[in-house]
Amino acid sequence: MARRTATATKSRATAATKTRKIPAPTLAVERFTLDNGLRVVLGPDRSAPTIGITINYDVGFRSEPEGRTGFAHLFEHLMFQGSHTLEKGEADKLIEGNGGVENGSTRSDYTNYISMLPSNALELGLFLEADRMRAVRITEENLKNQIDVVKEEIRVNVMNRPYGGFPWIDLPPVMYRTFNNSHNGYGSFVDLEAATVDDAADFFARYYAPGNAVLTVTGDLDVAETTKIIERHFGDIPRRDVLPIPDCSEPVPDKERRAAKDDPMAPMPAIAVGYRVPDPISQLEDFLAAVVLVEVLTDGDASRLYQRLVKRDQIASHVGGLLGTFGDPFDVRDPTLLQFLAYHPGGSAEQVLTALDEEIDRVAEGVADDEVQRVITSITSAHLRRLDHLLQRAMLMCTLEQQRGRAELANELPSLIAAVEPAAVSKIATEWVRPDKRAVLEVRPGGSR
Amino acid sequence: MTALIAPERAALIPEVRKPKAIKLPSVADQTLRNGLRVLAARRPGVPRVEARLVVPTARGDVAPSARIRMATRTLLSGTSKRSSVDIAELLQQIGGNLDANSDEEHVVLTGSALAPDLPVLLDLLAEVLIDASFPDDEVALERARLTQEITLMRSQPETVAREALMKRMFGRHPYGRGLPSPAEVERVKPAILRSSTPERLLPTGSILVLVGDVRPDRAVAAAEEALSGWKADKRAPKPGLSTPPTIKPGATVIIDRPGAVQTNIRMGGPAVNRSHPDFPALALANLVFGGYFVSRLVDNIREKRGYTYSPGSAVQHLDQASYFYVQADVGTEVTGPALVEIRYELERMLAGPIEPSELQSAKRFLAGTLAMSIQTQAGLAGYLAMLASSDLPLEFLRDYPKAVEALDADAVIEASRRHLAPHRLVTTLVGNSEAIEPVAAAFGPVETSAGG
Repeated sequence: MARRTATATKSRATAATKTRKIPAPTLAVERFTLDNGLRVVLGPDRSAPTIGITINYDVGFRSEPEGRTGFAHLFEHLMFQGSHTLEKGEADKLIEGNGGVENGSTRSDYTNYISMLPSNALELGLFLEADRMRAVRITEENLKNQIDVVKEEIRVNVMNRPYGGFPWIDLPPVMYRTFNNSHNGYGSFVDLEAATVDDAADFFARYYAPGNAVLTVTGDLDVAETTKIIERHFGDIPRRDVLPIPDCSEPVPDKERRAAKDDPMAPMPAIAVGYRVPDPISQLEDFLAAVVLVEVLTDGDASRLYQRLVKRDQIASHVGGLLGTFGDPFDVRDPTLLQFLAYHPGGSAEQVLTALDEEIDRVAEGVADDEVQRVITSITSAHLRRLDHLLQRAMLMCTLEQQRGRAELANELPSLIAAVEPAAVSKIATEWVRPDKRAVLEVRPGGSR
Repeated sequence: MTALIAPERAALIPEVRKPKAIKLPSVADQTLRNGLRVLAARRPGVPRVEARLVVPTARGDVAPSARIRMATRTLLSGTSKRSSVDIAELLQQIGGNLDANSDEEHVVLTGSALAPDLPVLLDLLAEVLIDASFPDDEVALERARLTQEITLMRSQPETVAREALMKRMFGRHPYGRGLPSPAEVERVKPAILRSSTPERLLPTGSILVLVGDVRPDRAVAAAEEALSGWKADKRAPKPGLSTPPTIKPGATVIIDRPGAVQTNIRMGGPAVNRSHPDFPALALANLVFGGYFVSRLVDNIREKRGYTYSPGSAVQHLDQASYFYVQADVGTEVTGPALVEIRYELERMLAGPIEPSELQSAKRFLAGTLAMSIQTQAGLAGYLAMLASSDLPLEFLRDYPKAVEALDADAVIEASRRHLAPHRLVTTLVGNSEAIEPVAAAFGPVETSAGG
C-alpha cells in the first residue's frame, strides 16, 4: 500500500521581486512512501516520450569505515554485476537494448543509479531498479574484475594525469580531522584489494534497504499507473532497519591549515583554498548567500577573482570556485566546503592568497545591489537550464527529497536565491571566509616537461 | 521479438511496448540576404533560448592555427562600444553565456540567454562579429594564457594521444596539425587579428541556430534585424578545406611517457560521412563492436578482463573526412594482451556472425538515444547545427533510424569488412615505451618518439 502524502505544488506566487522577470518553474511533484520505507517522487512531464529514473541510496564515501576506503564506490560498480533475477550484464543489455542509457555515481553523501529510457520501457526500467534493490549477485570473479576496473578508473582519473584528484581528494585531508570527512573516496589500492564478497553482502544489508533510498521518476508518465507499477515491483521487498545518518560534524578550524603536494606531471603551480560554510540544510538561507558569494567571486569573466588574479595581477591563468564536494551546492550535507582554485604560473601561492584575502575583504565591506542582481540572474538561468534535462531534473529532485524532504525546492530555489540580500553575502565573507578558518593546499609542479 | 537476454529470464521481466516514432520539430529555416542561414525551433521547456553560430573559416586556404585560436579567444574581449567586462556583465544580466571555440575549419559561438533577452544576445553576437576590437592588452594577456593552456593540455595523456592519432592519420593536412606551438602563439599580434579576422568570419555559409521558448518566425526576424549589418564579402573564396590524403596504414607510433602507469591505445582509419549509403550499417557496426556499454569490446576488455575503465569506439566526422577510431586506456602491464583482444574483436566483426539480439540492441539504442539527444533546448540546438553544417535535411532525424531499422546482419558484416578491418587502421600508443615497445614491436614495425 502506498501512502500518498502530498500533491502537486503550484509555487508560482513567491516569484521574482523588483525588476526580476524570471518566472518560477512549476514542475509537478507527487510523493508517496511504500510500507517498506521506500520514498518515491514522481515528476510527470508529457512533453517528450522519455523518462528519467534516479534512485539515491543514503550512503556515500563519508559513510565508509576505516580500513574500507573506496568501498562505497566499489560497491556502486558491484550493483551492475547481476541482481535477484538477472545475471551480470543483462540489465545493461535490457536498458541500452531498449534505447536507454544508464550510469551510477558515488558522492560524499549518497550513491545514485540513473537511467533515461524511452517511455515505452518505463516498467522495465523500474523493474530493473527493484530487482537489484531486492538482491545483488556478487561472486569472487565479479568482485575481482570490478576491483581491476576501479583501479584502472583511479589510474586514468588520478595517477596517470597531472592534477589528478585536485582538489576533491587533496583538500579534505587538509581541512578535516575526522576519518569520515578527510579520507580519499576513491580508496587505497590496499583497501580495495582487501574487499571480500562477505564485505559486499554486509554493505548491501546495511545500506541498500528500501528505507534508505529515494526513487524519483520524471517525464512521460501517468501518476496513477506509475504508482501501481512501483507498488508491484518494489512493494514486496522486505523492510529492513535503516542506520542513522553518520554524524560527520567537526568544529570549524580556529587557525589556518596548510599542506603542499608534489605533482611530478604538473606543468604549473596550483592552489586550492577551502572554507567551511553554513549548514546547507538547517541554515539554508545563509547557505544560499554563500552560493551567491562564490559566484560573485568566480562566475565568468566579470567575476572579482578573475578580474583580480587573471586580468589585473596576471598571477593566475585560470581561477574557479565551487561549493560542495563536486560543485553542486545542493547535493551535500554539513560539513561542506566553499573552494577556490587557481592555476598560477605568474606568481607565488602567497601572492594568490594575499589577493584572495583582499578581494574577500572588499566583499565583506559591501557589494553593490546591481552586481548581486546580475549574479543571481546568472545562477537562476543556470538552474533553469539544468531543469530542462529530464534526468538532471530527476537527480536534483531525488537528492533534495532525500536530504531535505523537499523535492519542491527545484521550483523554489530561484525565488529563494532571488531573496538573497547583498548584506547577507557580505556577512558570509565576514564570518566564514576568513584566513584563520581556511585550509590551503598547494600543488608544486614537477616540471615534467 | 528477439530476446536480449537468456529466454528463461526474459520471461520474468516486464514487456516493453512499441517505441513511439520520433516527432520532427517544426523548424523555421531562412537564408538572410548576407548569406547567413538561420534555423529556429520552439522548445518551451524552460524560459530560455540557446544559440549556436557555426562560421566556416577555411576559405581557399586554412586559417593559421595560432591566429584563429587567438582570434577566438579574444573575440569577446571588447568592441568599440564595450569592454570585456561590459560584455561579461551584460551576459550575466541576461542570464546567459557566450563562448567562442574553433577547430581547423570553423569558429563556433555557443550562447544562451533568458528567452525575453534573445534580442540582446543577438545584438551582442552581431557586435562582436562586426566590431571586435582586439585590444592590445587583452591580446597580450590571452597570448600568455593560451601558451599556458597549451602546456597544460599537452601534459594530459589524452591530449597527447589525440594529437598523435590525428597526426598519424592526416599527416601534414590541417586535420593533423594539432595544437600550435608557444612560439607560433607569441607571433600573433593584435594588428593581424584586427585585419584578418573580418576576412575569415563571414556570413556566407555560416549557420545560426536558435532553440528555446521562442516563436520560430519571431526568432528568425530578430536574427535578421540584429545580424543584417554583418556584411558578405563577394570576393571571398567559398568556404571549404582541401580533402586530406587517404589514411595510410603502417608502423605503430609510440609516444614515450616514461613511468606512465597506463598506455593510451588509439587506433583509427577512414570512414564515411552521414550522407554515404554505407553510413547506417557502419553506425551499427561501430555500436556492436565498441560504441556503447554492451558492445563486444567493453564486455571483453573491461567486464571480462578488467584491463581498462572506459574503452570504446566511435565514428567522427570532419567536413572533409570521416574516421573510425578505437580507444582504451589500459594498465601498462596489460598493453600487449589488450592489443590482442582489440584486434580479435575487430576481426570477429569481419568474420561474423552478428547475433540477432546484438543487431536489435544496436538499432534500438541508436534510435532511442537519437530521440533523447534532441529533447533539451541545448541538445536540439546542437543537433540542428550539426545537420545544417553537414548539409543534411531535417528529415535525417526520421530517415536515418528508418534506414538503420531495415538493415540485416549481413549488411553490418559487409560494412565492417569495408571499415573496421585492422589492416586499414593505424595505431598510436602513449605510454612507458621501455615497457611497451618490445611487445608492440613483436606485432609489427614501430616508431618511437619522445614527448608526452
